[in-house]
Order: sequence, then structure tokens, then C-alpha cells
Amino acid sequence: MKNYTRYIKLLTLSILILCLAACKKDIIDRTSQYPALTPANEDLNADTWKTVLVADPSVFTVNAPDATNSPAYVADLNEIKGYQRNLSSAQLAIIKYWSAGAVLRWNEILRDLVAKHNIPPYQNLDGSYPAPSSANPFAYPQFPFSNPPYAARAYAYVSAAQYDALVTAYHFKKVYNRSAPYVNDANIQALIPKSSLPSYPSEDAVVAGASVEMMKLLFPTEIAFIEQKAAEEKLYRIMAGANVRGELDAGETLGKQVADLFTARARTDKAGAAIGNQAYWTKLQTQTAAKGEQYWISLESPKRPPMLPLFGKVKPFLFDTLTVAAIRPGPPYSTNSPEFKQANDEVLHYSQHATRENIAQTAFWADGVGTYTPPGHWNSIAADEFVKQNYSEVRWARNFALLNMAEMDAAIVCWDTKYFYFNPRPSQVNDQIKTLTGIPNFPSYSSGHSNFSAAAAAVLTYLLPDRGTKFNDLAQQAALSRLYGAIHTRQDIEVGLTTGAKVGQYAVTRAQNDGAGSGN
Amino acid sequence: MISFYKPIKKCMLICVCVIASCQFAKAQMENDGIMIPKNYLCPGLMYSNSSWTNYWEGTFKRNNGNLGTVSTKEYNLMVTYGLAKNLIVTAGLPYITTNASAGTLEGQKGLQDISLNIKWKALQFVAGKNKLSFLASVTGSAPISNYEADFDPLSIGSHSRNFTARAVIDYVYGKYFFTGSGAYTTRSDITIDRNSYFTTVLIYSNQVVLPNMSNYNFRTGYRSKYFIAEAIADISTSLGGFDITKNNMPFPSNRMNMTSVGANLRYRFKSFYNLELTASDQYVVSGRNMGQSNMIMGGVSYIFSLKSDKKIPQVNYYKN
Repeated sequence: MKNYTRYIKLLTLSILILCLAACKKDIIDRTSQYPALTPANEDLNADTWKTVLVADPSVFTVNAPDATNSPAYVADLNEIKGYQRNLSSAQLAIIKYWSAGAVLRWNEILRDLVAKHNIPPYQNLDGSYPAPSSANPFAYPQFPFSNPPYAARAYAYVSAAQYDALVTAYHFKKVYNRSAPYVNDANIQALIPKSSLPSYPSEDAVVAGASVEMMKLLFPTEIAFIEQKAAEEKLYRIMAGANVRGELDAGETLGKQVADLFTARARTDKAGAAIGNQAYWTKLQTQTAAKGEQYWISLESPKRPPMLPLFGKVKPFLFDTLTVAAIRPGPPYSTNSPEFKQANDEVLHYSQHATRENIAQTAFWADGVGTYTPPGHWNSIAADEFVKQNYSEVRWARNFALLNMAEMDAAIVCWDTKYFYFNPRPSQVNDQIKTLTGIPNFPSYSSGHSNFSAAAAAVLTYLLPDRGTKFNDLAQQAALSRLYGAIHTRQDIEVGLTTGAKVGQYAVTRAQNDGAGSGN
Repeated sequence: MISFYKPIKKCMLICVCVIASCQFAKAQMENDGIMIPKNYLCPGLMYSNSSWTNYWEGTFKRNNGNLGTVSTKEYNLMVTYGLAKNLIVTAGLPYITTNASAGTLEGQKGLQDISLNIKWKALQFVAGKNKLSFLASVTGSAPISNYEADFDPLSIGSHSRNFTARAVIDYVYGKYFFTGSGAYTTRSDITIDRNSYFTTVLIYSNQVVLPNMSNYNFRTGYRSKYFIAEAIADISTSLGGFDITKNNMPFPSNRMNMTSVGANLRYRFKSFYNLELTASDQYVVSGRNMGQSNMIMGGVSYIFSLKSDKKIPQVNYYKN
């Protein structure tokens, strides 16, 4: 008896340990840990910074605010006091969330929408594929399919609109020079760090107004969600004592006016036609075959039309369409050449000898279906860094605009290259090549991840020089993950990195000349 | 009659132990009413092959030309030991390979989760040909290799540490029996290689909460001296999790439900008492965020006493 009671004790103990080990912990989302925005520099000269589309901030209409001794303003102050008498924990949570910054939170909201809608349509019964329609966005497949080019463009438009809207807001802030509610009334508490920035019109509301207007166009099935976020953000400013309602209304209206410039551009930037048609898809094959090259074939079953083959024709932000062709890299190895075979043999090697580290690196950077895409990943990386910089809202917006215009233009140049050469994927060339993540449905040369990553790294390295080689190192990892994952050849990656860096340099040149300075 | 020895048993080969990738991941040993005698050891080896072509994306049943048929092969090394007359312990270590017959995704392979189960026959009432037993079992499992969980549907497991508590009722009338059991499994959070992922919202963390699971298992059939033939029904339910949206990728914290039916045979030779052969088939009749798999399984085990003076045990399932 004694003999096995010892065993029983031992076993019971091991099982208990396993039991405890199976216990759950709460998961901490790192974006919930961001501190309240406390700008080191309010960038009061931002009204002079170079805008993207706005030619002259003063042409917009922002009515003069109510006098601070007017009954309307006093009523606005009373609204704040009413909220502040009895804030619930849910309301305090709203304040904590939004206090991290309007540009940051709207960027996150956009990433969330991209991930949610980044799902390729399911095939029809006959094996063809339905296409999302902006004219009928709720019909399956819902509009949009926010694949990497779509996402890159969405990030760019939202960021650029926010930036121009904030620069314009700074113009009117200076014109009207209204102090914050907690300055005008000692009975109003500032529940977020105080700011010396004039508070009319509200910078938060101008960001919300611009973001809502852009996202209505880009994610039309999400308008209710987007409006609810905007309402929550405005409420946050009131509850926090940071703005009166009049400042929010003026900001929101201004943000929408500025966004109108961007929605008008977006409607005519040729992205709407990027999907092409059967005649064009066939032409891509015949013109590649005519060059004596093996052409790309969809590896999906049933075969799916190539992703946005005309995205290379979309109007870039940082340069003109002629530059797109000028930046386009030279041709990849001929599909008949020994170099091409060698390059694909290297991919086969990585496919067949996947180390755990390579698997992890592939998964970390995969950013495939159901994710915020590679440009979204770089937005996430940037946000984690920008949070440490104590930027003003307008500098947040400027830096995201630089990053995301570079990402969109990198997408344009990369897609132009992909469809100019229409080069097959390694797994098409050799069906022994199995991949460590999903195979994208567009040509191989050059690597999208590499273009996006090098462009982002160029911008971020310029903005944050004290980070040294950090962003370039990350870009290398992202790019090589596509070789390790057996998605791309080394040539796809190396050429992609070079081209992406060139695109990034256009954003750097813009940043050097936009009047914002280094801000560090 | 014969039974001066405790009712002799069998070893359960078919164990399995909450294995997420292998869809019948229920320890058959933990949900039956069968024990082995004290001081007996029963090592065994099980092989199973599970495959599916159709799967449920949420509740939508479909196939996928980019996967073809997904198959999972499992080699499970198990050993059961009789600690006492009414207490046995079983350890299991599965090696798993996965493969998709179409598309480009690379199959995975590796050692999965080591498991330890203790089964206790708490009570037994006998009246004539009727015998009613109450058993309780607990199972712990933990990953033994650093396999990637975030590669569904080809990952070899969910890489969580699991703990299962199960209550079993076993009723025998002559040589006929019915066994019913219910279990609750808690699953630890897991760490994935990404630092953000989308469930129904975007989450910025490499930690994933997996839903806990419940399981009900029913088996009925014939237990004679030399063999068992039984029919099985099994219902597994995720207590949480989310559906795969249309044409999206699966994720470890999906709501994975499954109802399966099957048959199981165990056979012992008169001339070679120590050896037991097992064969079974189990088929998923309905599911959610799971493949409609059919699993065939075969196993062999060998039981012997650790005390050299003891004879070969009498193997007599219905005496159990």
C-alpha cells in the first residue's frame, strides 16, 4: 500500500502542475498600454508645412467661434462639467483609449478594417470569381477586398487627408487663438495632459472628420462603425475637458472639407479600374509568351484572375506616372536561363529545409489573408516607435503620411513591375516547392514585401535616425522571410529591396523640404 | 471461477488525449470503463490516419481546391500501468505528420503533446448480471516540441497545455455494456509567431486565448473474454472561439465543434494472451470550423506483470 501511495502523490502533483499550467491569463494588447499623448513640441508653425493636396488653408470655411463670454460657450462648458461630475469606468476607459492620440487611434482603426476585409472572394459555382463592387458594397463579396495594394492606398489617403486637415486646422487655430476649456474655466479639469495649442477648431475632431470621410469611401460597409468611433472620440474630448462641443463641430466640418479633396482624387486615380478584365489578363500571357518567357499562372484552384494587374497605372502621390516606368527595375532572369533555375533551386532548398527560426520569421512577416497586410505591419511598427517620440498630432499625421504615401507608391511601382514581366512563382516553376505560408495570387518579380519594407525603412530611418539600422534590419528580415517561406527567389527580394528604397527616398526628399524639420 | 485475479483488462491503445489536430482527439482510454490490474504494465503503439476533403467554414460546408484532401497520420506510443486495483495511469507520446494533397502549403510533422492520464474506478455495484461502475479520470498534456500552432489546417496541434477532468459511468449486463462520460478541458493561452492577429477584432499580442472544450462520449456493445466490439458516439464542443469567415484562413482559437460516430474492435488471442489488437473507424457527421474527417486506426499492445512470479493475466473484458 505504502509503495504506491508515493506514486500517487507524485502523479497527483504532476497532474496538478499540468492543471495549473493550463490556466488562462488575460492577454495584454500592447496598443492598450500606450500613454496619453504629451507632445514635447506643439509644432505651432505647422500651418506653414507643405501640404499634399491643399493649396491654401485659408480658402476653407471655419466660422469664428462663439465669444468665451457668450451663452453658447457657457452652455458648452456646462456640458463638460455635467460629464465630469460623474464619469463611469467605461467613460474613463474611453478617455484612456483616445488620449493616446487621434492620428494613432484612427490608424489602428484603419488597420482593423483592412484586416477584416482582406479576404479573397469565394468562387462561384462555375469556378469563376465574383468581384467586389463599390456600387453594391454589401453584396457578396463585400467591397472592398483590402489586399496589399488596396490597403497601401487606403493607408496613404487616410494619412495624407489627416495631415492636410491638421495643417489647415493649425492655420485656423492661429487665426482664432481660443484657449482650452480648462484654461477658460477653473472648474473644468483636464483629464489628459494640458496643451498650449489653441483649441478652436479641435485637432481631434479635424482628424475624425477627415478619417470618417475617407473611410466612408474606402470601407463603405463600415460606416456605422466608423461614425460610432468618431462620436466616441468627440465625447472623449468633452469628457476630458479638452474641447467644447463647438470646437469639435468646427473641426469635424473642416476635416470633412479637406477630405473632399482627397476623395475626389481617389475617385479618379485609376484604382477603380485596376482589376482589369479577361482580355487584359489574356494579353498579359500572350505578350509574355511572345518574349519567349514562361508566364505567370494562378496557383489557386480554381484559377483566380491576377490581383489588380492595372494597379501600376494608379496615380502616385510622390512622383508622376512617368517616374513609375523610370524606376521599374530591369528584367528578371530569363525563365529559360540556368540562373533562373538556380534561383528557384535555392527556394526549393529552403522549402525542404525549413528551420523553426525560418518558420517563425515567415509567419511573423507573412501578413497574408486576414491581416493588415505588409504596409499595415509597417504602420504598426511605426506606431510603436512614434509613441515613444511624444509627437504633436500634426507631426504624427505628417510622419504617417510620409510613410504611407511611400507605401502606396511602392505598391504602384511594384505592381507595375510584376505585370510588366509577369514572372512565374517558384511553386509554379517547380511543384516540389511547398510554401510555409499562403502563396499570393500575383506574379513573382519583384517581391512586394521587399518593396514595401525597403520603402518604409527608408522613411522611418530618416524620421528616427537614432534608431540606427533597426528599420533596415527589419526590412531585410521581412524580405528574406519570403525566401525562407519559399514564396520568392533571392533575386525577387534583392531587386524589390532596391526599388522600394528608391521609392522611399522620394518621401525622404519630400520630408526634407516640407518645413517640418526633424522634430527630434 | 477463474477470477481470483482482479478482473483483467486491456490496455487502451487507442488512447489519444486531447489532441487538437487529430480530430478524434479523445483519449479512448479515459472514456471507457476498462482497467488493468495492479503492477501490470501495458505498452502499446497506435497508428491512425485521418483525412478530410470537406470542411465546415463556420457552418458552411465546402471543399477547397487549395488543400485537396488534408490527412493527418499519427503514431502514438503509449504505456499504461496498474498502480492499484482501481487506479491506472497512462502516458502517451504522439508523433504526427500532416499533408495537403493540393495547393502549395507545406505539410508539418513532429512530436506533439506528451500526456498523462490517471483513471480511478471509484465505485462498483454488482447485482446478478448487472454491474454499475463509476470512474473518474484526469489528463494533463503539454507540447513536447516547438511546433507551430498558427498554421491551420496543417499544424500538428494547438500547442496548448491542456487539463481534462472526466466522469465515466459504465454499466454492464452480462456481456453487453454501455459507457457514458462527460469531460471538461481547459486549454492554456498559446504563443504564436506573429505579434498581431485578427479574430473578430485586431489584437496586438503574440498570445492567443483558446476556448475551453467539453466532450461527451457514449459507447455500447459487447465485451467477451477475448474481444470487445463497440459503437461509439462522440460530441466535442468549443466553449467559445469564433467562426472562420467566408474563404478566410482558420485560426487556433476558432470555435471547433464536432460530432462523430464510429466502431471499435479489440481482440486478444487465446494462445497469446498478452497481446491485444485494436482497430477502429470514426467518422465526423457534423462539425463547425473542422474537417469532415474519417479516421482509421490500428494498434497493438502487450500486457505483462512486473512481478515475475505472476502468470499471464486472464484477459476477460466482461469481468471488468
